[in-house]
Amino acid sequence: MSAKGTGMRRPYRRPMDGWWRKNPYFVEYMIHEATALFVALYALILLAGVVCLAQGRAAWDGWVGWITSPLSILLHVVILIAFAYHAWSWFHIMPRTLPPMHAGGKRVAGATITRAGLVAAVASSALVLLIAWGVAR
Amino acid sequence: MKRSNAPIFWVLFGAGGMLSALIGAALVFITGIAVPTGTLLPKRLFEYERALAFAQHWVGKGILLVIITLFLWHAAHRLYHALHDLGVHAGTLSRLACYGTALAGTIAAAVALFSVGF
Amino acid sequence: MSGGMKTIEIEVLRYIPEDEEQPYHQTFVVPYTDDMSVLQGLQHIKDEIDGTLSYRWSCRMAICGSCGMMINGVPKLACSTFLRDYPGKVRVEALNHFPIERDLVIEMDDFVDKLERIKPYIIEKAPKPLSEGEHLQTPAQVEAYEQFSACINCLLCYAACPQYGLNPKFLGPAATALLHRYNMDSRDQGSAERMPHAHDEDGVFNCTAVGYCSEVCPKKVDPANAVNINKSESAKDYFLRFIAPRGAPKGAAE
Repeated sequence: MSAKGTGMRRPYRRPMDGWWRKNPYFVEYMIHEATALFVALYALILLAGVVCLAQGRAAWDGWVGWITSPLSILLHVVILIAFAYHAWSWFHIMPRTLPPMHAGGKRVAGATITRAGLVAAVASSALVLLIAWGVAR
Repeated sequence: MKRSNAPIFWVLFGAGGMLSALIGAALVFITGIAVPTGTLLPKRLFEYERALAFAQHWVGKGILLVIITLFLWHAAHRLYHALHDLGVHAGTLSRLACYGTALAGTIAAAVALFSVGF
Repeated sequence: MSGGMKTIEIEVLRYIPEDEEQPYHQTFVVPYTDDMSVLQGLQHIKDEIDGTLSYRWSCRMAICGSCGMMINGVPKLACSTFLRDYPGKVRVEALNHFPIERDLVIEMDDFVDKLERIKPYIIEKAPKPLSEGEHLQTPAQVEAYEQFSACINCLLCYAACPQYGLNPKFLGPAATALLHRYNMDSRDQGSAERMPHAHDEDGVFNCTAVGYCSEVCPKKVDPANAVNINKSESAKDYFLRFIAPRGAPKGAAE
């Protein structure tokens, strides 16, 4: 059935350059993927703290000096926003990654799964804050 | 056909992603805003003796190691794919830059947490 | 032709390989009424203005999967997309991520290869004798695969998937959805024969959960779900294959 031998065919392959800029859906995708930069950044800040701690009081005080600086606090506000957006987008995608679930004979809707995830995040965050507050007393 | 080894990195990505989605923002708030400014939590939580005691305890070690490493492996996997999405297909070099950093960070965290003592 | 009819500009990406090196845009002014689809707009162009315009179409009712195109940059079926929703001008191009054969016709051999490769038919370990009667399925057993069987092979999901665009060897949404459809069918025992395609370097792990494939699917197949469920299945098999060799995993829990 193939007409590949006719010689008049010259299929044209379009380039992928700038593909994500051409559709708002893809722009959002790149934004939520980019939150990983801030996850890495925060992990490296914590890592720096642990390494400084291992190097002794002077190094640790240096890290504390940096993390209490206005620059660091501003940076952490930005990081916080990125983490919040990561959480939101993560639970938004989560229904797609799970097998169909049923409760009470009916299919569980994607929106329900997303809501459950966000509730779990709020609850876990509250727990973490509570533990930190309890430890501080 | 060649079997992909992606599952290893995908599982780490998933675990790190879930952990950061559930408590990441709270952690950022605690260590980056609350304690440094003394808002809702006291600044003395960052005193050397308290920080050392936390890192020396096996629970503290566990918490710090899990958070640092899972966050790094989550980011490595996502950023490796993001580079690919942006047209950077340097293959081995991209893999080294992303997963290599996560590995280096994992080792550094483990070494540091060991050397603070018990 | 009614003198008072409103008109729309349909800008089409043309490509005539024997005449031109590159594709180029050509705009046609088409009179239309509110009930007209983009497909009908193209029919008007071909019938009344330029008979050389090439495009695929058949059923006009979103079941044959022939008329997939990029309409203002979004993969859609031309027969179910309406000119009234694009006041003034609409841009029509061949489906993204496939080589353009001519005008709005794409080369889809790659997809057909993939469909054949994943063995899209019931595979039984031993043939069921006629004396045993037909296979019986409960409504729940049908529900396990029904959604994934609704695929009309329209390729909108491949046009939506940037990972397929970046790596044409990626198995892709619809082929994986079909692979999953058969794995989830209680009559089938062929998972072990299909899963290597999921485990492959060009298999499910190429997916980065963009999710646009499921957004554009006209039949609500949710191919993103099929691909991502199979990431879990593939990962489970990857880690457990030496400890507990699996035969044909039936897959997701109820």
